[in-house]
Amino acid sequence: MSSALERRKARAAWVFLAPALLLLTVFFVLPVGAGLLLSLTDFDVYAIASPGAMRFVGLANYAHLLRDATFWHAVGNTLQFVLIGGPLSLAVSLGAAMLVNAKLVRMRGIFRTIYFAPVVTTLVSVAIVWKYLYHPRYGLINWLLHLVGVGPVDWLGDPHWAMPAIILLAVWKNFGYNMLIFVAGLQMIPRELYEAAAIDGAGSGRRFRHITMPGLAPTFLFVSVTTMIGYFQIFAEPYVMTQGGPLGATRSVVLLMYEEGFRWWRMGMASAVAVLLLLITLAGTLVQLRWARRDP
Amino acid sequence: MRSVTWRKMILHVGLVSGALITLMPLAWMIAASFMHPGEANRMPPPLLPSQPTLENYRQLFTRLDLLRNFINSAVITMLATVLSVVVTSLAGYAFAKLPFPGRERMFKSLASALVVPAQVGMLPLFLILRELGLVNTYAGVIIPYLASIFGIFLIRQYTLGVSDELLDAARIEGAGEFTIFRLVAVPIIKPILVTLAAFTFLSAWNDFMWPLIVLSDSGMYTLPVALANLVGEHVQDTELMMAGSVLTTLPALIVFLIFQRTYVEGIMAGGVKG
Repeated sequence: MSSALERRKARAAWVFLAPALLLLTVFFVLPVGAGLLLSLTDFDVYAIASPGAMRFVGLANYAHLLRDATFWHAVGNTLQFVLIGGPLSLAVSLGAAMLVNAKLVRMRGIFRTIYFAPVVTTLVSVAIVWKYLYHPRYGLINWLLHLVGVGPVDWLGDPHWAMPAIILLAVWKNFGYNMLIFVAGLQMIPRELYEAAAIDGAGSGRRFRHITMPGLAPTFLFVSVTTMIGYFQIFAEPYVMTQGGPLGATRSVVLLMYEEGFRWWRMGMASAVAVLLLLITLAGTLVQLRWARRDP
Repeated sequence: MRSVTWRKMILHVGLVSGALITLMPLAWMIAASFMHPGEANRMPPPLLPSQPTLENYRQLFTRLDLLRNFINSAVITMLATVLSVVVTSLAGYAFAKLPFPGRERMFKSLASALVVPAQVGMLPLFLILRELGLVNTYAGVIIPYLASIFGIFLIRQYTLGVSDELLDAARIEGAGEFTIFRLVAVPIIKPILVTLAAFTFLSAWNDFMWPLIVLSDSGMYTLPVALANLVGEHVQDTELMMAGSVLTTLPALIVFLIFQRTYVEGIMAGGVKG
């Protein structure tokens, strides 16, 4: 009886899973596998016309990229975005979460909605808006800086400022998402812990260090891994705001992949860029997981 | 007592200034979209239009012909949302409530696939769709949105809370598995389905890279792609571009405001348990 029921459930499971598994296999697993193979070929604009023109070149694409200054520049830009933008965005998210979660605050819901609004805006739209805000002559940001006697800064035209400018936009756009996850994490910490600590005379700094931070540790790991994976894939911001310039200062790894693959149609080379991005992302994830495990 | 009042004030000053900074770019976008040509580039930068005009919006639909792109975006987003909710909820339900040998292992391998950047598969996917004749079609844009691993997670997590007794009672009554899913499970997991629909709607509407790759004809472009394309030639027309940005981002904001409760809860639930 029960084994008949089990068989019936298992059969239903496969029917229910079939569409999703089929789609994921054909349009995700297969392309990812094919991407690995494509990266070992010289697939280019001629191969698009006749696939017979494609040749197996082994690791030649990788060897080329690892010796290519443009590739390393793109890796450096992406790492700058991940290593500065990521922590900055986590810090802003945590600060905002503690503000909107504070017991004393009225109308938390409204503030939460306002802080979250940039997350749901269209990246292309707000990248264009910020491009104008950053305008060296007419932009609101330089005008505000001018009021306090700073500037003018050629935000998107100066190789030193272009990446920080894009990081600022990204932090503004994204902090609301992690803020919500931090709020959820903060609400899981038992209130009694704070009350007991207050009775023992612990100040707010010590309560933050000894209750909030340990209590948030699992949330922190989740948020920093997902944020890092997302930030490694930065593309639309530089595409819209700077086209990777000035002097390649904002060309990210994904933008390089896009240019190689879809502008120059060097799809073998572009696939190698994508695979290297995957390896960098995996390495980053492993480092974070290991780091979190070692921390008590 | 006095220190509580002080802390309250500091908190609110922090919150309000944070809110002003957060809203400033959006407020300026909306204000500039109603300004006359050239007005936004005056010094000091005006924060409100002196004589509000709808001229920029009229230009979007006449000279720039963005209505087509709006329709493209709307159709693609609707189709992606409906289809993906069906495909994803079936799979999520199976992972939660229909055990079969190897289920946990399969679920774990799906989870590890979340680390793989979508870009790795994008180039071959483009070539596959090209072989299938789906480049520059709605179907070509929609396909990658249909089965989302993240969505399957979300549904599974929520469906785990549905009581097995209820499902078994329906089985004893003689209901088939699909009927049980549709008539017993779906009403219970409806909140998470709404969350998933809102998620899919927003990510499909806002997506840029994939439509940019797969759509080659400007008449087929989605709004974000069309807008990114226009900003190159109209970079001087600040007010017009702000109107285009409002048109592109407003539907997303409206959908968010309607569904914000379930959407926000979905993110908070996914993050804590994830």
